[in-house]
Amino acid sequence: MSIQRREFVAALGAGAVAGTAGCSAVGGSAGGDGGGSAGDGESGDESENGNEGESGPGVAGETLTLTTTTSTYDTGLLDAIHTGFEERFGVSVDAVPKGTGAALRTARDGDADVVMVHARGLEDEFLRDGYGVNRRDLMFNDFVIVGPESDPAGVQGMGSATEALTAVAEAEAAFVSRGDNSGTHTKELNLWEAAETEPGGGWYQETGSGMGEALNIASQQGAYTLSDRGTFVSQRSTVDLTVLVQGPIEDGPEILANPYGIMAVNPAVHEDANYDLAMAYIGWITSPDVQDAISEYRVDGEQLFFPRAVSEDPDFKQYVPEGWSSERDDADA
Amino acid sequence: MPIEPTVQLVPALLDSTPRLVPALLDVSFRDGYVGSVVAVSLYVSLTAVALSTLVSVPAAVAIGLAEFPGKGFVKSVVNTGMGFPSVVVGLVVLFAVSNQGPLGSLNLVFTREAMILSQFVLATPPITAITLAAVSGVDDGVRDAARVLGGTRVDVALVVIKEVRYGIATAVLAGFGRAVSEVGSVLIVGGNIASADGISKTRTLTTAIQLEARQGQYETALVLGAVLVALVLTVNAVVVHFGDSGVTR
Repeated sequence: MSIQRREFVAALGAGAVAGTAGCSAVGGSAGGDGGGSAGDGESGDESENGNEGESGPGVAGETLTLTTTTSTYDTGLLDAIHTGFEERFGVSVDAVPKGTGAALRTARDGDADVVMVHARGLEDEFLRDGYGVNRRDLMFNDFVIVGPESDPAGVQGMGSATEALTAVAEAEAAFVSRGDNSGTHTKELNLWEAAETEPGGGWYQETGSGMGEALNIASQQGAYTLSDRGTFVSQRSTVDLTVLVQGPIEDGPEILANPYGIMAVNPAVHEDANYDLAMAYIGWITSPDVQDAISEYRVDGEQLFFPRAVSEDPDFKQYVPEGWSSERDDADA
Repeated sequence: MPIEPTVQLVPALLDSTPRLVPALLDVSFRDGYVGSVVAVSLYVSLTAVALSTLVSVPAAVAIGLAEFPGKGFVKSVVNTGMGFPSVVVGLVVLFAVSNQGPLGSLNLVFTREAMILSQFVLATPPITAITLAAVSGVDDGVRDAARVLGGTRVDVALVVIKEVRYGIATAVLAGFGRAVSEVGSVLIVGGNIASADGISKTRTLTTAIQLEARQGQYETALVLGAVLVALVLTVNAVVVHFGDSGVTR
């Protein structure tokens, strides 16, 4: 009985948030039409008042803990867009940058409300274990294989990432690996597996560091490495590396795609998770306005992220682990 | 193999000194960023060291003045504590304050309070050990004289504390140095959080330096490092100043 009542209260709360989100979205877009940064500030104030006046205790004043990947954080994208969320809902966002593995672990321990990561395999495991709910595809960019201009393994312009890695391995040219269970590291290991090559030996170095550091080390040593395009672009001016194999954004192989997903922490597993605010955040960041803001974000005049959440076609695959089907699960049971 | 990059780096660093200096002058920060980072660093480390001093000094004096079996073992344990890796302390504190941990209900993870807790654990062993060493070094005659003059145990302890105040100051500075310069534990329990407008919440100078280094912004990291050194220097100067004025009084 008490559980039912709790569910009822939770439903009320979710309804209140949804209502508030609707109101403020209307207020926000009305203010946005005015244009200019001053107009944005006003719309933020309006929606804050709306929260307090119309629906009583909303999410205002609360804090959302978001664990995300270093590659997202270091591009500065989140700082650029989060002010809008904070003003609209009257909340603050604590963005904690970690590798994808560590970000998911933090969420498993119930120390985060929402996770934004880029390793579908690890995300699916997180979902299957019941820690995450309401996954959405968020945005994508791509990975590129970068290396020294001299290109000792001769991989420049190769149409296949796996062939390029095989060439690096055969030439025993220096290769820097993140080695930190991050999304990029996971992708790199998948690529080696797809290339049916076991990396190892003196030419293969695991640094256990962030992408920026890995690029610096590769630059110092004239080594190859796998980088997400965002970090590489934001650091291109300080390193002696060039893109040798392009990702799908520049017509490279699809295997180098780098999709980002976002998930709320399951409030049934972690009662303390701020589920209402997490869902408000997911709703906000997958909204057309913010998806536009993501596509307009530039570093060095280059677009780093391509929005993926707004689509006319239903894309059911984004909600469930890859390869999941209800029939198969029934058969298992 | 691991030595090689260092060997290459040293001449490279010397070569680039003329280039590096103007680069350091070009470094710029968002309004209020450095100030808030310094404030968080000072708040966390000073609070942790103050709490730690309140616990460590009485404990060290009590251990130093008492005679009991196993005293040598206690000293070894305290001395070993000085070598705790900060990352391990950070992990242990994280397990304690994490939602799943014994202190989970307090919601301390990714807060300054959790950082204070981990730095308290880090600063306590050096403060205790150095105070203890100073107390052990006090001439027996001083203690005996205080006792002969009719002093109670507390009086004797106060006389000893006065005698070793330089030792205690050194201990507190060592504890502060350990706390303010460590990066491992505050990164893990604090999360290195700054708001979207660049105001630090749990970002300290050390984690800010780590962040810049990760992004390859070495010049910015060096500038923040200089700020950290200046900060430690200032705190040391203040403590030494008070120590000296204590003598003339």
